[in-house]
Amino acid sequence: MNIVIVGCGRVGATLAGDLDAKGHRVTIVDISTRAFERLPATFGGNAVRADEDTLRRIGAAEADVFLALTEGDNRNVMAAQLATEALEVKQVVAKINDVVRAKAYAELGIATICRTDLMTHALLGYMGLPVGPTPRIREAAPHTHPDGTSPVAAAIGGSTVGGTTVGALPTVEA
Amino acid sequence: MFVLVVGGGKVGYYLAKELIEAGHEVVLMEKDPGRAAQIADDIGSIVIARDGCEGNHLAEAGCERADVVAAVTGDDEDNLVICQMAKHHFDVPRTIARVNNPKNEALFRHLGVDELISPTRMILGSIEQDIPVHELLHLAGLGGGELEIIEAQLRQGSPAIGRAAREVPMPEGCAIFAVIRDDVAVPVRPDTILTEGDKVIAIGRAECEVALHTQLIGDPDGLQPAGA
Repeated sequence: MNIVIVGCGRVGATLAGDLDAKGHRVTIVDISTRAFERLPATFGGNAVRADEDTLRRIGAAEADVFLALTEGDNRNVMAAQLATEALEVKQVVAKINDVVRAKAYAELGIATICRTDLMTHALLGYMGLPVGPTPRIREAAPHTHPDGTSPVAAAIGGSTVGGTTVGALPTVEA
Repeated sequence: MFVLVVGGGKVGYYLAKELIEAGHEVVLMEKDPGRAAQIADDIGSIVIARDGCEGNHLAEAGCERADVVAAVTGDDEDNLVICQMAKHHFDVPRTIARVNNPKNEALFRHLGVDELISPTRMILGSIEQDIPVHELLHLAGLGGGELEIIEAQLRQGSPAIGRAAREVPMPEGCAIFAVIRDDVAVPVRPDTILTEGDKVIAIGRAECEVALHTQLIGDPDGLQPAGA
């Protein structure tokens, strides 16, 4: 698989190392080159210092999976929507630690993973307290409606580019 | 009108102040408590020291009855999320986002933000008007930015010189609508002959820029630097 990970924090770096060791093509992106020190010495993928502007240039549009795992919920939200809407990546996950926002964006068509949910669940379980089902990645609404519009644009309404193919948007031509 | 302003930097602060003076109801959200208190000292208890990116805080601020939400923090990501939460979660009819990185404009528009304010773009526009490097000046954006009013000064070598306006091939969706000749605006008729030095005002879709450049200035690849 061709995987793009945005955010080389603990999770991003560990995951990138794992996936690389399993033979996948991994590109990890961070705005700080120092962050790449977290990668294992054996890492053979691409580590690119870049911001959202440059996602297309690094080939994010060809990714099978796009994971937005920075420490900023909103940064992840924006990167994920860029990947979904402009780059048309099929599988996109955004880490959103705020529970309310995680739910809201899942409804808008972005698959979300919420550390708050995961940890709360694990700790309650450890204490032997009743817990709900194990939190999973909150599945996104299907990316495209039958009429070809994206759920994000449709739910929010008022897109001024109605009728334009999403891929034709000049978003990230740096 | 009830306007919810998120972000208490310089922009948010002066915006809130002006809106109050104009008689509108305003709530300002600023997540830094120190800054929030400072603003509250000045403009009164309409300041909420909360992060406007959080859904429950927006609710507390009365987001669901806001006529307008203006997200004017210094972070594009935050402004996008605030507008999306306002639109999607609270059915706010009009959302305005400050966009610091001009490259984010298309995405923001696509994702449904109603109005974009781009300080970077504005200053860039002013600079371009002062120093006509490209010879094709953006005077204004229309219709959410899809249409642009541009000005092109016809210099030696322009293929449009000596032609009647109707003979200048315009890309689809573009039209010449005025000429400024010796500082006087002249309406353009199909038989108006364009002459050297004319400033041609055209309106068209943003993506026609290259075609407009070719027709009015000449081949964009043969671009002359300013003052050449």
